[in-house]
Amino acid sequence: MSVVKGQTAPVVVIKPQRGLVGVDLRELFRFRELIFFLTWRDILVRYKQTLLGGTWAVIQPLLQMLIFNVLFGDIAGLASGGIPRPLFTYAALLPWNLFSTAIGEAGRSLVTNRNMITKVYFPRIVIPLSSVLSGVVDFAIAFLVLIGMMVYYGMAPTSGIWGLPLYLALSLVTALGVGLWLSALNVHYRDVRHIIPFLTQFWMLATPIAYEANEIFDRLPQGLDWLYALNPMVGVIEGFRNALVGTPIYSTGLLWVSIITSFVLLVTGLIYFRRMERTFADIV
Amino acid sequence: MTYAVKVEGLGKQYTLGGKSEQRYRTLRDTLSSAFTWPVRMLKGELRQHAEKIWALRDISFELQQGQVLGVIGRNGAGKSTLLKILSRVTDPTTGYVEIRGRVGSLLEVGTGFHPELTGRENIYLNGAVLGMKRREIAAKFDEIVDFSGVAKFIDTPVKHYSSGMYLRLAFSVAAHLEPEILVVDEVLAVGDAEFQRKCLGKMSDVAQAGRTVLFVSHNMSAILRLTEKSIVLEKGELVYSAPTRQAVDYYMASGLSQSGERIWTQDEVPADAAPFKPVAMRVRDPQGKVVETVQSRQPLEIEIEYEVEKPIQGLRVGVYLQTIRGEVLFTSFDTDAPEQYDNYATRQAGRYLSRAAIPANTLNEGQYVLGLNASSFRVRRYFQEERALAFAVDAMGAPGMQWPEPRQGLARPLLDWRIEQVEAVKA
Repeated sequence: MSVVKGQTAPVVVIKPQRGLVGVDLRELFRFRELIFFLTWRDILVRYKQTLLGGTWAVIQPLLQMLIFNVLFGDIAGLASGGIPRPLFTYAALLPWNLFSTAIGEAGRSLVTNRNMITKVYFPRIVIPLSSVLSGVVDFAIAFLVLIGMMVYYGMAPTSGIWGLPLYLALSLVTALGVGLWLSALNVHYRDVRHIIPFLTQFWMLATPIAYEANEIFDRLPQGLDWLYALNPMVGVIEGFRNALVGTPIYSTGLLWVSIITSFVLLVTGLIYFRRMERTFADIV
Repeated sequence: MTYAVKVEGLGKQYTLGGKSEQRYRTLRDTLSSAFTWPVRMLKGELRQHAEKIWALRDISFELQQGQVLGVIGRNGAGKSTLLKILSRVTDPTTGYVEIRGRVGSLLEVGTGFHPELTGRENIYLNGAVLGMKRREIAAKFDEIVDFSGVAKFIDTPVKHYSSGMYLRLAFSVAAHLEPEILVVDEVLAVGDAEFQRKCLGKMSDVAQAGRTVLFVSHNMSAILRLTEKSIVLEKGELVYSAPTRQAVDYYMASGLSQSGERIWTQDEVPADAAPFKPVAMRVRDPQGKVVETVQSRQPLEIEIEYEVEKPIQGLRVGVYLQTIRGEVLFTSFDTDAPEQYDNYATRQAGRYLSRAAIPANTLNEGQYVLGLNASSFRVRRYFQEERALAFAVDAMGAPGMQWPEPRQGLARPLLDWRIEQVEAVKA
């Protein structure tokens, strides 16, 4: 940056911050290149010195799909919404893996990047944000395989396909919300590190990946089915399946429950993160 | 002239004990403390928990645009806290800072470097972390690589770099960031001599280019060379602000015992020094008197008194002898000699005196500082104080005093000169 004579640079005031602070979106925009570079680093590093490299983004969901199919299809004999089981499961695993990797990476991100946090200034939110975004590339690679599978099974996408970006956004919003909570908590309580694998496992079982959402909705007492929709990933998975393989959404009203929960997670996550942010450098 | 940095009533408070407590605080601790809260409140224990210290207190100064300001202070004086606040890493507790322009700091050398990435990738990443735009990095890329001298390995992952190469690359990126305000902390202590010279050169370029610089260092000669004005921090407070020469003198003279004896009180010895406990350090003249000034032509005795609370294996207790400006003349340990080393392989518990004489006609006149070090090689450093005791050397009657002129050099030996007339020339 060159300094033009006579031009005064903007004045930055550093002072104690108290109370609630919003997210400075304009500042975040100024740091867009940092977000890009950190995302890029996470992607590069993830597959450095691996034999199979980016192929892992495909192998993982494929193996998961196989296991799920054997366990829940062949052994437990659960229904798969009238479409080929591999497609049924894989279409759900895509957003789920995006979500679970994102919360895992984001949850640890502040601690693993502590040398940056204790030395340079930037909006701290950049770190969990780029962790979440770095999963999108894996998602895109795995998505190509899905397209191949759809061709193989002769399934054409329905008009619902237009909802796909929306559901993808919903899964990212949820992941960011949860990621913000976990990462900020992890700075103070390293217990989070141990909780994340457990949380992910539990959450996966509570999400209709290997089974139809109806299995749960139908079993809940009348008027209490919204309880299941409180899990935002229920809405995401339902939406993905609807968009890709055309299985009907259980109820649009309940989809809204998922959307609202997701945004509540994001907003509370942001508030908590911003509140804890000012002590990160001192205790991380 | 406008200011580039204005610091007003700045303070930073840390919770003592709480800091280490919070560091590895677990959920269980929080939960259990929440449950026991009423009980502790009844017992009146709550107050004790909140022991706080001010790492920085009521600091105010202004830095004009284009000024180079030195920040001097001992470890723990609050220098790094000040820099952390200025670079916005941590929030102050009180006061405020106004900054005009982008702050770049050389204390973050290598920040964001990832061992798995290549040199090239790390330059881009590190540049972005330091707030450079991609265009900016691309434009300076060749210059950065040139300066670092690792061009051949630029596409090798940096985990294969030697620590020197790593550091040079990291410094190069940081040095090519062109902020309006530059904060430098101790980077000059790293790298080989040639690279250090290069860094100092870059630093003075920056200083001469009219950039505003805040320079923090233990290296007084660098401070003297590069800055015009300096502030001295002591225990978190700004105690002195003056032209650099005066500030350095003030710092050098302050807090040093001048009585020929240094006694360590209980609270001056950190708990982690145990089982070693320094008691005193003295300088004695040949008559055994504790003195603050010794004669150059007489031997002087250094005496270290200390306690060993539990047997320590391989303990060595020794001194650094330095000039008042911090140049070290030598380091010497009480178990340097092989037979001492064997005899004291394990230092039994007890109270000890380690004494050594510096022979007559060794030191030139001037002010000297003794530092103390007690350690087991490659095992642990029990105690270290670099500036423990000051004493003066008087040149009265020293070799060459028939010529009343100051002599250059730190040593003033009486060498065994032999003069021979090889050939007589007839006049």
